[in-house]
Order: sequence, then structure tokens, then C-alpha cells
Amino acid sequence: MKAVVIVFPGSNCDRDARVALEAATGRPPAMVWHGDSGLPPADLVVLPGGFSYGDYLRPGAMAARSPVMQAVVRAAKRGVRVLGICNGFQVLTECGLLPGALLRNAGLRFVCRPVRLRVETARSPFTNGYRPGSALRMPVAHHDGNYFADAATLERLAGEDRVAFRYLDNPNGSLGDIAGILNEGRNVLGMMPHPERAAEALLGGTDGRALFDALAA
Amino acid sequence: MKARVLVMPRAGVLDPQGKAVAQALAGLGFEGVAAARQGKVVELELAETDPGAAEAAVAAMCERLLANPVIEDYTIEIA
Repeated sequence: MKAVVIVFPGSNCDRDARVALEAATGRPPAMVWHGDSGLPPADLVVLPGGFSYGDYLRPGAMAARSPVMQAVVRAAKRGVRVLGICNGFQVLTECGLLPGALLRNAGLRFVCRPVRLRVETARSPFTNGYRPGSALRMPVAHHDGNYFADAATLERLAGEDRVAFRYLDNPNGSLGDIAGILNEGRNVLGMMPHPERAAEALLGGTDGRALFDALAA
Repeated sequence: MKARVLVMPRAGVLDPQGKAVAQALAGLGFEGVAAARQGKVVELELAETDPGAAEAAVAAMCERLLANPVIEDYTIEIA
């Protein structure tokens, strides 16, 4: 499994993602700079957490228009798996690979703490290592994680089994307690919680490990 | 010519910042502020000299980057 991690100016979880991917796949992922216009051959592209372009204009807005993202969008449309974590989820909604948007947290405060999630579907290459309904613990660290979409989109996401994770203790006001969603082809996942920061016992939890193991399998 | 783009949260979209501003104004003793909405202004200096063409170009900029149509509305002033 060949993995690529995209590095934007302001990414800060790119190296955490690299460590988690290397542990799961046995080899280090390629780190690709945002200004590159192409991608190396890849089975998985990870858009890491952080504050790309300083969150200027809107979180993820500038990153979504960077040269490398055009290649990522083309790859996603060919079926390559794309995982967006935190700022990566914001980039995925801004570039149109996922519906909806991430608003400022309802409580207005930056939230940085472990949260509990429920696995809503195992029907994806990201979540097939989890039992649907099981509870996971992972950290969140964001100011803009409040998922918003119109009622028709929310209904469609639920009806098509495309909500991957819901919060058990909603930290940010997300509609429907949504913490992560899949695209129509189920090869793109965006999520606000950080599985790569919960992939080693040393980091305080291992509930994120199964996501990377499932991708590597 | 110059363009001014006003980007506002769409009606029906939660605006926690606007709500906090309204609460802070009430806290300072300003009575009668029923609601506040917070958006942003982007000023552009354009080489274009035709107002119609400038407005069309700025609208395209709003659609592609300056506003997120899922959560924001925009208005354009050309001067």
C-alpha cells in the first residue's frame, strides 16, 4: 500500500500521520508539498491536520485551491482513497469532494480534548476494522469543527450510510453529532477527530490504529 | 477600478460569532440590540475599466474562492 501525505504550509499533524502510516504499512509514506502539481503513484492520500495557510479566508479554503489539490481531486475521482483529518476534512469540504462545511465551534472556543465517538458504519475501507456501534476515544483539537449541511444533504448522508462517526459528547455543535462523513464512492473520508494521535499506547490511546490497519490490509 | 465584496453567513446558518457580539454589546449596557451577524469585507483593486465586466469577474472570484456558497452569501459593490 503506497501512501502519500500532503504537506501544506501550516500543516502540523503531517508527521503524526507519517508515523501512524509507517507503523501500519511497514514503510514511510511519501511527503508531498502543496505546490507540487502532481502526485506520485498512491493508493491512499492523507490530508493532515493543522492550520494550512493560517486558516486565512476560511479554514481549508486556500489549501483546497493549491496546485496539488487538483491532482488529489482527480485521484479521488479515479477511486484512490483520500483521508482528511481535521484541517484535512475542512479542505475536503472546501474542494467539493465532501458536502457541507465546518463552521466555527458553537461554543466559540478552541476545543482540545479526547472525545467519544460511535462508529456508524463499517462499510468503507477506512472503518471496516471497527464494529458498527462501537465507541472509540480519540482527541479533537479544532476551532472550526461544527459540521453544517442543509437538511436534504443530512438526510442523504444518513440514508446512504455515509456518516462514518458521530460524537457521543458533541464538542462543537455539529448537526446530527456528525464527526466524520464519506463521499458517494466511499473512498473519501473526512473526520475532525485525530486517529493518528490515538494510534500508539504511548500517545494515550490506540482506538485510531484499526483505521490505519484497515487501510493497510 | 475598485470592488468591495461583502461576505455574510447565510440566513439559517448558525453565526456563533455574531451571537457573541450581540451578547457582549448587551453586557456593555447597549440595550435593544436584537441580533448581530458577523461577516467579512474583501476590497479588490482591478485593472478592468468596464463596470459590467468587473462585476462579472468579481462574481466568478466569489464563486471560486471568496465565498463558500454552502454557508455564505456575497454582495458586490463596484466603484
